[in-house]
Amino acid sequence: MRKIWDIPGGIHPPENKHQSLTDGIGTIAMPERLILPLNQHAGAPAKPLVKPGDRVLKGQMIAEPVGFISAALHAPTSGTIDGIADQPVPHPSGMSARCIELVPDGRDEWCDHQGVGDYRAQPPTALLELIRNAGITGLGGAGFPSSVKLGPRQPIDTLVINGTECEPYITADDSLMQARAPEIIEGVNILRHILGNPETVLIGIEDNKPRAFEQLTEAAEGTGIEVVEFPTKYPSGGEKQLIQILTGKEVPSGKLPAELGIVCQNVGTTFAVYNAICRGEPLISRITTVTGQACGRNGNYEVLLGTPISHLLAHNDFDAKACTRLVMGGPMMGFTLLDPAVPVVKTTNCILAGSKAEFPPAPPAQACIRCGLCAEACPASLLPQQLYWYAQSQNHERLEAHNLFDCIECGACAYVCPSRIPLVQYYRAAKGEIRRHDAEQLKADHARQRFEFHKARLEKAEAEKAAKREARRLAAEAAQRKTATSEAPSSGPGSADDLIQAAKARAAAKKASPDEQKAKLERSVEANRNRLKIARDKLAEGRDQGLDSDAMAKLEVKVNEAALKLKTAEEKLASFDDTSPGKGDSTVADDAASRVMDRVTASRREQLETTVASLKKRIASAEQAIGAETADATIAALQSGLEKQRQKLAEAETALAGLGPDGDQKVTDPTTVDAASAAIARAQAKAAARASMTPEQKAREDLHALDQRIAKARDKAQAARAEDSEHAATLESALEKLEEKRRGLIEALGAEPEETVPERPVAESVPAPSAVEPHPVPNDDPAAAAIARAQAKAREMAAMTPEQKRRVELASLDERIAKARSKLDSALAEGSEHVEALQGALEKLENKRRSLAQQDSDGVNPEGGA
Amino acid sequence: MVFARASSPHEHSALSTRQVMQYVLLATLPGLVALTWNFGWGTVINILLASTVAVGTEAAIVALRKRPVLFYLQDCSALVTAVLLGLALPPLAPWWLTVIGTLFAIGIAKHLYGGLGFNPFNPAMVGYVVLLISFPVPMTTWITPRDLLPAGVHLPDLWQSLQIVFPILGAPGQAVDAITGATPLDAFKHHTGLLVEQIYAAEPLFSRAEIVSYGWEWVNLGFLAGGVWLIYKKVFTWHAPVAMLLGLTLMAALFYDGGSSTSGGSPIMHLLSGATMLGAFFIVTDPVTSATSARGRLVYGASIGILVYIIRVWGNYPDAVAFAVLLMNFAAPLIDNYTLPRTYGHSKARKATEKKP
Ligand code: SF4
Ligand code: SF4
Repeated sequence: MRKIWDIPGGIHPPENKHQSLTDGIGTIAMPERLILPLNQHAGAPAKPLVKPGDRVLKGQMIAEPVGFISAALHAPTSGTIDGIADQPVPHPSGMSARCIELVPDGRDEWCDHQGVGDYRAQPPTALLELIRNAGITGLGGAGFPSSVKLGPRQPIDTLVINGTECEPYITADDSLMQARAPEIIEGVNILRHILGNPETVLIGIEDNKPRAFEQLTEAAEGTGIEVVEFPTKYPSGGEKQLIQILTGKEVPSGKLPAELGIVCQNVGTTFAVYNAICRGEPLISRITTVTGQACGRNGNYEVLLGTPISHLLAHNDFDAKACTRLVMGGPMMGFTLLDPAVPVVKTTNCILAGSKAEFPPAPPAQACIRCGLCAEACPASLLPQQLYWYAQSQNHERLEAHNLFDCIECGACAYVCPSRIPLVQYYRAAKGEIRRHDAEQLKADHARQRFEFHKARLEKAEAEKAAKREARRLAAEAAQRKTATSEAPSSGPGSADDLIQAAKARAAAKKASPDEQKAKLERSVEANRNRLKIARDKLAEGRDQGLDSDAMAKLEVKVNEAALKLKTAEEKLASFDDTSPGKGDSTVADDAASRVMDRVTASRREQLETTVASLKKRIASAEQAIGAETADATIAALQSGLEKQRQKLAEAETALAGLGPDGDQKVTDPTTVDAASAAIARAQAKAAARASMTPEQKAREDLHALDQRIAKARDKAQAARAEDSEHAATLESALEKLEEKRRGLIEALGAEPEETVPERPVAESVPAPSAVEPHPVPNDDPAAAAIARAQAKAREMAAMTPEQKRRVELASLDERIAKARSKLDSALAEGSEHVEALQGALEKLENKRRSLAQQDSDGVNPEGGA
Repeated sequence: MVFARASSPHEHSALSTRQVMQYVLLATLPGLVALTWNFGWGTVINILLASTVAVGTEAAIVALRKRPVLFYLQDCSALVTAVLLGLALPPLAPWWLTVIGTLFAIGIAKHLYGGLGFNPFNPAMVGYVVLLISFPVPMTTWITPRDLLPAGVHLPDLWQSLQIVFPILGAPGQAVDAITGATPLDAFKHHTGLLVEQIYAAEPLFSRAEIVSYGWEWVNLGFLAGGVWLIYKKVFTWHAPVAMLLGLTLMAALFYDGGSSTSGGSPIMHLLSGATMLGAFFIVTDPVTSATSARGRLVYGASIGILVYIIRVWGNYPDAVAFAVLLMNFAAPLIDNYTLPRTYGHSKARKATEKKP
């Protein structure tokens, strides 16, 4: 004997089952019209496969499942599709929904169908597919698609078949178990096979169904299926309660029985599975109890799905005048029907036409006297009186602390409440309210996250800019310091090596970003997958708890949304994998960088050799010039120049000759390297930043840069015109060119932002590498171009003596100061807001110049000539 | 065809709030009979007077609050309050005492807080304590049990009793003073410095008792019987009353001290004297003002039992049920917070004030 556990609480309402248990399972005459709602189950409504006017055969699929949690629909008999339209459906709210209407032709002609010969030879997945295509859902009232419930991820060690039928009045399962026990047992065997032969297989039956128990026990003999009888008590038939009674285990709050390795199925569903697998018959009919004092006859009938309830009632001598309440389901959890024209659906286990004596109108609720009777009756060990109290005051926090969501809405509390408070109604309302509230909260949270993410992005961009500025400043300072002091290689902070290392590190960090991006996408896919799973679990659970279809619909929407999001995320990831954007960019940047470094750190000997060669050339040309010149003064000047050149040549040659064995070592002039490496860092940073952009983003960024340049160019052109400068025309034509480029860019962007914008659409907008020396760097890359410029400059600098360098710097500073002055003047004239900034900049420049000039006049000669 | 639209469940058990109250009223009968037998008609008059005032006050206030009067009267809760107060007051108490107590119980303690279900304090006990503090003398004047009266002195008959309660009906043919006397708890408290045995020997209240305290033991047994019947009828659960009696017994046993002169009295004396059983089954079980869950009610009941003993033995008042109950009424919400039951599917019980995880 299996140990039977007791559940807390529970009630013993009058059973009223004998009325409908008189003579087996009857049949009902074919109705004139069948109404088949597309959504008779938990999950997404099925999609019609027929159109009005089509002739269909019995058992033909007329609507297919949409998505994972959905169920197919079949023609219950042969006939003609009359329409697909909104009709009132059985629902607590009395709402209408899409239904297929079928006019039977009376021939009841089956479509081709046949069962699976030996289901044991079939893999479980194939059987699950058959079950799904047979449109089987839980017939015990929940209506959750069985193929979903039978395909859990967890290993299952216990299969529980629910033959409890604890609600008063209902005897549909009872009569089925009495009449078709062998088929049910065969159905259980099929389920066993599908679930991988769980060790324990139990059929639970209340002890008020002795005949059903007998029949099943007999049929189960030798199969290893245990038929267990236990004391009658409402609500033993709740899935969670039955599991507790039979196994002593509790399904963890918010989880599914599968977590415990348990799957629970109703006997009616089991029979439907048998029909689908062994006979090839989809779910087109079910056993429904018709009872209540307003019906002259009470009984159980095999009813075609879609049969109007009025047809069923008429068959049972229904007295509409005597009926005060028409209930679908039992008296404890059923819902009232307002319109008897609604059809029988897959979950219709009972039609209860109650008389006034059975269901007197509810007396007005009195105050809660906190008697605690409700708490004693609650099978979930809740405190219904407290839930009621907090539901009234809408105290959501307390409601959740009191585990409102573990309420299974069994109605035991409201049944015993002496004050006749409609407690369950309050709980449903409160649950709906909290769900709505949570949904809004979630939305708000998302919005906030988006905002914060956006802010973080802006901040990051700002920080990057600041870092670049800082690097530039450091480079400039280092350059100054080096020039000012000695050429001795330094390895202090901010030294060339450090800067190069830092730049490299930064570049590497930036380079990692495509990987990071991919990781992010992967994470997003994972998160969305999880969300989908949670949504599905919730849906399953909701169905188990018998949520009303409003709430269910919402859950379904959530599931669909989650699925959609997952798909999008997956697609994104896939496309990312395909294109791997940014790879090219960073490689180019790397190559360019290494080339720069080669050159900049060219060995001292090489540098000197270059210098000697160029000096020799210059001397030769100077000599030629002297030869050609006639004017004395000019000749004198030229000769003194020539003298100087010669001197320099001599110096260079001495230096070259004096170079020790380590002259071939790389990295000579830290100043040069500094400036170059800073530029490299900048270029690399930019390239890396671009690497993590989509083509569109790149184009936009280019556009932005172009805009800035155009603005600058415009300013310059204006200033030139104002001064009547000779450059005005040149500037204007340059401006025109820029604007043309911009137009092209906008066109490219607008036309097909994702595809047709070329990877680097503004290649030409970057000035070609400095004319000093054409460079093999692919000039279609702005980063490479920038690097090329930096290289050129570095090369130039490398070829100069420190003094020359200072002079060059001085000259450029002078130029910049002049420019700044003129800008400041025009700003002053216009009363522009930038005056202050300009003044500051000018001051800085002047300071710089002063310090440079100081060094010059100090005559510090750090290199002793080169 | 139009059918009713209603939320499930569609069936209800037969028990109604009105019935619950009627059961409670019915269950007081054995105790009331014992009281009347031992102390005369006084308690009956108390009850009738209190009931009239209670129903009148309830009706007036409900009307004032613009609610349907009959609907509210039919729950019989005002009657229960009145009956409990009437049982607790000394028999033959002057009419105004009963009237003031009832007015206070219904008007202030019940309706000022929002009426049935919303009152944090037990109305009957509030009325009782207000009277005890305001009018200590009439509130502690008890009658000597019928058979312990001196020879030739009888309990007043019904008319004489009415005259004692309502002096306007004329002078009663009998002096009240002649029939008043101490209660067992008074007697015990007054005999300090004596061994328990010596007190028992000195007081006919104890020496002539069948079990422990003459007359009172039957009153208490009567209420016990009524209470057990109510538990059987599932009007309330056993938790609070049993816990209270256990708490009291435990304290009495702990401090019995072998019956020495410092003894607090035997457990059985405490159980069968004063308002112990009335308190345990009719006051402590008041669902509105007690703790909510079964566990909570255990804590609540036991605390009352312990408090009753403490106040009886070490306090200034001979009996203590009213004070103990009111004190624990204060604590009930706190108890509730920590005694939520463990819900199905949860590994442990939560706290009422717990935030979302
Ligand atoms: S059964 Fe009704 S009256 Fe009693 S505590 Fe529960 S809700 Fe209140
Ligand atoms: S409806 Fe909810 S609160 Fe009421 S008894 Fe059932 S589970 Fe408990």
